[in-house]
Amino acid sequence: MGQKIDPSLWSDDPLPHLMGGKRASGEIVFPMPLGDAAEGVEPHKLSRRGRLWSWTSQDFLPKAPYEGPGSGPGEGPPDFLPFLIGYVELPGEVIVQSRIVDARLEDLHLGLELEFCIVPFNAHHDTFAFRPLAATDTRPA
Amino acid sequence: MSENVHIIGAGIHPFGRTDGRSGREQGVYAVREALKDAGLEWPDIECAYGGSAAAGNADVMVNELGLTSLPFTNVANGCATGGSALAAASQAIASGAHDLALAVGFDKHPRGAFNAKPADYGLPEWYGQTGMMLTTQFFALKIQRYMQLHGISRTTLGRVAEKAFRNGTITPHAWRRSPVDLDTIMNAAMVNDPLTRFMFCSPAEGAAALILASERKMKALGADGVKIRAVTVRTRPPNSFEVFQPGISIQQGGKPTVLASRAAFERAGVGPEDISVAQLQDTESGAEIMHMAENGFCKDGEQEEWLANGWSEIGGRLPVNTDGGCLACGEPVGASGLRQVYENVQQLRQRGGERQVPGKPRLAYSHVYGAPGVSAVTILERERV
Repeated sequence: MGQKIDPSLWSDDPLPHLMGGKRASGEIVFPMPLGDAAEGVEPHKLSRRGRLWSWTSQDFLPKAPYEGPGSGPGEGPPDFLPFLIGYVELPGEVIVQSRIVDARLEDLHLGLELEFCIVPFNAHHDTFAFRPLAATDTRPA
Repeated sequence: MSENVHIIGAGIHPFGRTDGRSGREQGVYAVREALKDAGLEWPDIECAYGGSAAAGNADVMVNELGLTSLPFTNVANGCATGGSALAAASQAIASGAHDLALAVGFDKHPRGAFNAKPADYGLPEWYGQTGMMLTTQFFALKIQRYMQLHGISRTTLGRVAEKAFRNGTITPHAWRRSPVDLDTIMNAAMVNDPLTRFMFCSPAEGAAALILASERKMKALGADGVKIRAVTVRTRPPNSFEVFQPGISIQQGGKPTVLASRAAFERAGVGPEDISVAQLQDTESGAEIMHMAENGFCKDGEQEEWLANGWSEIGGRLPVNTDGGCLACGEPVGASGLRQVYENVQQLRQRGGERQVPGKPRLAYSHVYGAPGVSAVTILERERV
């Protein structure tokens, strides 16, 4: 396991939760606001399960500040690994943008059931993702 | 009662890539074209508003145009720079404070997709580090869901791009001047599914300038003007879904485009059915499709029929993006919104050449959209004499 890409992005529970915020009004937001904007917002552990709200593929190497494969010194587009991105609706909470892993583009559809997970990102860092619930059982712990 | 405002001069520097000429120099070129068009000299201009997103401040243009001591306000409003400059120039005339004003926008971007800094948008660094802060992803995510909910096909996305490149072939200021067939568009490299390389516009270079005049001044000059019936700019309402959002509300919110559009129609006292020609933000094929509905020109899902039947072609029911839009012209952010207005001025004055919309168009509509969720709409009218 690498280091967390951001120390407060998800909880350190054995089954981690993505961290959102709860406003005084009860509204859930993601991510947890920073600085003065955090005033009156309580950290809130978001649901580990949700449904796919929309999706796309990232098929080209993003420019800086991207730090994934292909972005390092001496690396370039041939080193880039395309990935899937989606918005995941966490019921009653918020819709979060996330990597989608353990799925093929053609498997994705509105409402697909997904579960939160932590995945390796680069040589140093882990990041968060969601994967299809069905994929959970077939993946070694 | 505020003064009527007219556009009496429109100038453009060709969009695309112009090595050896800075963005601001392209802006100066566009201003000189607009002055020539209006039959004016630079010292006639009483106030100016303009800017760029990545090519420096506009007010420095007085070095080349002339040190006339006019008030020159720099506008730095991202994708809405042109729209905001036009709104400010229009208000300067409408208030009665001035009789002649300039709105100018220009830009020069490096090749490849825009790379935004998270901190500039009040977002955490991880959002950029992990490769999720990309404008192209937003447009793909928005159209993907829209296609599922409203039955829009991939072929329709392709048809939008095919139309743009076809219109670009007959537009002197366009960047892409060669047609691209539907198969090539559909089978090109994927950028962000469902959008291929030919379905996205590219950051580019270019400039556009407009000279605005009071009605009194226009008549005194005997100038060939078109009337500004409405200029509106709107930012995000609560719970909206926009570019650069790690989280979206589960409550369905409003859209800045819908708000800007409704306000413009209300101010102009006309409806979508009255519009003869429209320039709609087409950052990618899906944006044009969604913006047709958000601006009130069709219902969600009807775009499938529109594109299949050619209703948004030049000569169709409502010609959309007659100069090829962002897809064929590229997107120099600061200039893009004013290019749309330039194109509408040409269409209303029937100077569109090969791309002229038939039937003496009376009302022309333009809509620009950009980060972090801002829309500007303009409605122009060719008054019958």
